[in-house]
Amino acid sequence: MPQRDSTHPEIRIYRTMRTIRVFEERLHAEFAAGGVPGAVHLYAGQEAIAAGVCAALADDDYVASTHRGHGHAIAKGCDVTAMMLEIHGKAGGVCGGKGGSMHIADFDRGMLGANGVAAGGVPLSAGAALSAKVRGTDQVSVAFVGDGGANQGAFAESLVLARVWNLPVVFVVEDNGYAQATGTRFHLDGRDVAPRGEAVGVPSVVVDGYDVIAVRDAAAEAVARARSGGGPSLLDCKAHRFFGHMEGWDQQGYRGAGEVDRLRSEHDCLAIHTRRLLADGTAGSAELAAVDAEVAELVDAAVTAARSAPDPDPAELLTDVYAAV
Amino acid sequence: MTRVLTYLQAIGEALAQQMGLDPTVVVFGEDNIGGTGCDGTLGHAWGPTQGLHERFPDRVFDTPITEAAFVGAAVGAAATGLRPVADLLFVDFAGVAFDQVLNQAAKLRYMAAGRAGAPLVLRAMWGAGLRRGAQHSQALYPVFAHIPGLKVVLPSSPADAKGLMAAAIQDPDPVVFFEHKMLYFSRGEVPEEPYVTPLGQAAVVRPGTDCTIVALGRMVQVAQEAAAELAGTGVECEIVDPRTISPLDTETIYASVRRTGHLVVVDEANPRCGAASDIAGLVAQHAFDALRGPVRTVTAPHAPTPFSPVLEDAYAPSAGQVVAAVRATVPYAEQERAS
Repeated sequence: MPQRDSTHPEIRIYRTMRTIRVFEERLHAEFAAGGVPGAVHLYAGQEAIAAGVCAALADDDYVASTHRGHGHAIAKGCDVTAMMLEIHGKAGGVCGGKGGSMHIADFDRGMLGANGVAAGGVPLSAGAALSAKVRGTDQVSVAFVGDGGANQGAFAESLVLARVWNLPVVFVVEDNGYAQATGTRFHLDGRDVAPRGEAVGVPSVVVDGYDVIAVRDAAAEAVARARSGGGPSLLDCKAHRFFGHMEGWDQQGYRGAGEVDRLRSEHDCLAIHTRRLLADGTAGSAELAAVDAEVAELVDAAVTAARSAPDPDPAELLTDVYAAV
Repeated sequence: MTRVLTYLQAIGEALAQQMGLDPTVVVFGEDNIGGTGCDGTLGHAWGPTQGLHERFPDRVFDTPITEAAFVGAAVGAAATGLRPVADLLFVDFAGVAFDQVLNQAAKLRYMAAGRAGAPLVLRAMWGAGLRRGAQHSQALYPVFAHIPGLKVVLPSSPADAKGLMAAAIQDPDPVVFFEHKMLYFSRGEVPEEPYVTPLGQAAVVRPGTDCTIVALGRMVQVAQEAAAELAGTGVECEIVDPRTISPLDTETIYASVRRTGHLVVVDEANPRCGAASDIAGLVAQHAFDALRGPVRTVTAPHAPTPFSPVLEDAYAPSAGQVVAAVRATVPYAEQERAS
């Protein structure tokens, strides 16, 4: 029955991926229609990474995210409506409208925040891992970083610190091929990031970021290592994005002719996972269609809520600079 | 009960006492233990963390030279239940970790609408006088005080250093704690028991009637020398030590200016967009009616800190410059009285 099947972990992963996909495709449309303020960086195409990694985490584990953070937040269990309100800058947003797309955080869900600075969140994740270690919990912390952010000193330093402090942290590089409009063939010299982890003693693997089960299994191994006191790991996940760096600004002229079409037709992680679920009998098409309908309704309701939500009270301008006395 | 301690010992005592009171306080930085990874003995810290690892072996850590990572780790640890005290060594090294201070620590609470915070202390040695040259001698507190979300502490005495460190550790927000390297071996009475000196409360360290001198950090000593000299010529200065420049206790400054009618601000930082010009500007906006002469500031020049002892000694404000500044503003009152 659907009730029992819907709890199958790989169908839960499907739901997460579908939610991210619909959320991002809808935001793309809403942004184009002029309904979304600010800078919005969409995650569509990379869903397998967030969904696969977070499927290997417990509720109280931590993730530190990037500017392209909607997928991580959804996969970590953040409320989709509260996220949509936040992206619209509305009261009732997960950060009261004071963070926006690039600063979605929900500490109750272990979501330490998207981040406006490339690799800015990586040291924070190492710190959350230190916190878990000192407090004596078995929590694990994940640091997501893009291929561009992987060139930052903060990332290299965090690898070293996590190794020598033996922190329960998993570095997840999301190599989507581009740092804004600059390709990895140039900015990584066409190389993987994984050897940089190995160079400082952090076990590192290259992972097919279009295959959510491969990501989940690699993450599970890294998380188990972290939880059992084995210290940090690095996953170098490869999956290109469907959209440009940023909505509105990026017409993607730097991408090859037909590149995005081929990506969508041949390397759609959601289609790949769907085919596998159907082929191995884990799910039936009607069941997935039911998930799709629920997700569509969820995201539609979130957009409707965001459109009608009130703006923040002007007094909010001056609150939360410091803790209230 | 009080004893005489050095400024350095007072900070160390605050760290030890707060670690004893709160098991979430952790301390780390380069050589905060000293000797990790070596064949000899542990315990070769330079500074206030000396010996802490013996009492708290699970909560004091050496770090690799990774300021961006370990300052950021302090933010992440603070946001998830610890109270880290991270050590930059020289404040000049903040440059390599500034994103973590400016964009992460300072803004976390605001961006999360108050649902998260970063209760950390960033220790930072500062100031001219030790012949360390331009990259180890700066007075960078105005840079930090400019950033909403940070608190900036600047103790001038051993007793304040202890109480302010305790307050900084207990504070729910990120605090940058400036330790003047030339004050480390200054001595003063320090109560033995734990206590807190609240952030945002200035101290009137010398009462006077003729001119207010607001002095920051080591400049409190310089102002004391100047005030003693001026007292010999019948000019009584009131010295206000803000102790923290963010938050800044403006009311104590305004109240003093209302008593004296004159203001000289003495600040070791560079002059442009600095602490002295900020305090002068605030007084001009909020206590202009009380002023009976022009506000004077005495600061380091708009130049890096030089190495040569002769040049460095001419860099930070001297008592002579403070005396001259006071004499340049107080005569306006005498002229007023005479007319």
